[in-house]
Amino acid sequence: MKTILLSAAALALAATASMAQDMVRMGTEGAYPPYNFINDDGEVDGFERALGDELCARADLTCEWVLNDWDSIIPNLTSGNYDTIIAGMSITAERDEVIDFTQAYIPPEESVYVALSDDADLEGGVIAAQTNTIQAAYVAETGATLLEFATPDETVAAVRNGEADAVFAQGQYLEPVAAEDADLAVVGAPVALGGGVGLGLREGDDLIAAFNGAIDSMKADGTLNTLILEWFGEDAATW
Amino acid sequence: MFGFCTDPDTLSTLRWFACYLTNGAHFLFYQSFLVVFALLAITAPVSLAFGFGAAAASRARIAPLRWIGKTYTAMVRGVPDIVFFLFFILVFDQAIEYLRHRIVCPDWTEPIRQGANFLVCDAARTPQGAAPQWVHELYGFALAVFTYAIVFGAFCGNVLYGAMRAVPRAQLETAEAYGMRPAQVFWRILVPQMWIYALPGLSNIWLILIKATPLLFLLGIEDIVFWARELGGSRTSAYQYPHPDWRFWYFLGLLVFYLAFTRVSEIVLDRLTVRLSHGQATMAGEEQRRAARA
Repeated sequence: MKTILLSAAALALAATASMAQDMVRMGTEGAYPPYNFINDDGEVDGFERALGDELCARADLTCEWVLNDWDSIIPNLTSGNYDTIIAGMSITAERDEVIDFTQAYIPPEESVYVALSDDADLEGGVIAAQTNTIQAAYVAETGATLLEFATPDETVAAVRNGEADAVFAQGQYLEPVAAEDADLAVVGAPVALGGGVGLGLREGDDLIAAFNGAIDSMKADGTLNTLILEWFGEDAATW
Repeated sequence: MFGFCTDPDTLSTLRWFACYLTNGAHFLFYQSFLVVFALLAITAPVSLAFGFGAAAASRARIAPLRWIGKTYTAMVRGVPDIVFFLFFILVFDQAIEYLRHRIVCPDWTEPIRQGANFLVCDAARTPQGAAPQWVHELYGFALAVFTYAIVFGAFCGNVLYGAMRAVPRAQLETAEAYGMRPAQVFWRILVPQMWIYALPGLSNIWLILIKATPLLFLLGIEDIVFWARELGGSRTSAYQYPHPDWRFWYFLGLLVFYLAFTRVSEIVLDRLTVRLSHGQATMAGEEQRRAARA
């Protein structure tokens, strides 16, 4: 049976090897609404799904969506499991050393704290954040104790069950969560972090030019702003 | 699924759940149980074959063969499963890519290892970057099955080796006295009689194998644990069916599934023990013989 499976895979490989190389695999996390999530039909959905499909259409690429855990999303890009990261990833200098970014498709955003009560200790308490995010790096710099989780949902769950005093993440993710839970509220002042959200690609990949061109054209004709307002609400920052 | 599911916000509780539990994401969850069953259905016989080979090799008269059999069982049994899984899959994957790289890109001059990266030429990528997603998934699954088979094959090898030694020596000597060749003694006398001695050990390994299936999740395969965590997490109204954190219920469901599955396995294995004891020179076989006579 194993050999059957393997040979089926080998056959499929042989069959697809002759296909055009312009299949672009879009790597995303699928756990970060409204940026990207797995919808009720079990498909990748969200702002970045809509954006990615439009960028691929404009750049004349055939794209396929691939899920990958956040904490291994960069290593799996560099080792070639997929060709782009489109997962709400903020452009930072540290990441830019390992991978390349396109220009930002979301302007620099604010990160916020969400807690059960207004007097949560944001400076000295326990703050939950997702592993390998700029928010986790920021919390580590403050006096607070950083509590890291693999998925965004677990960071919020940690606040609900009292494990953490507050959770720190992009406002676009946390604000809808806080708005729909009577116990949770945005506390403290928002913090501006990161240089906007862009697509991550392997260093020196030719696809960067194609995606930058497509983002330019979406910025120029206003469709990018429309998309941002549609997914992130009327108050979202636009280009 | 149902006609009344078009607007979830207006549904009564019962209908809401009927729609919720039959949406597309849940069907993927139900399908992932098939992934687990497929893994078991393929891994169990393959491990048994690996184990049989290892046990036979460990008893071989040719010394190098014996060393291979013993080293394999001792090495795999001595390494923690999780370490072996994470390590072996990586190594196996890289070995395939490296070999293909040497074959299809002989002119490549850049080093393959660049810092933490393992970079082979595009033509050697396995699977190919342009291959559809299901090929990537099947490839990952095949790697996982192979690794499971190697790990559990080593355990089976040890059990079968012990079982072969447990067959009464007198049985084999009698066969030799009848003039059977070593291969005939092995296949006609030893192998048919060893199963009853192997069964307690093999049934243990089967239960451990069932319980090891959630390791698939660690290997990035979308198995039942992946979907339980995904569907159980709290959901805002970005989704059609918003709900609070229900991971407790989903993981409870998995617990019940595994308990039921192992219980059914135990019942089947008990019956198999009764069957295999029939006519054997073991205590259970002896009891059956007495009961039949009384």
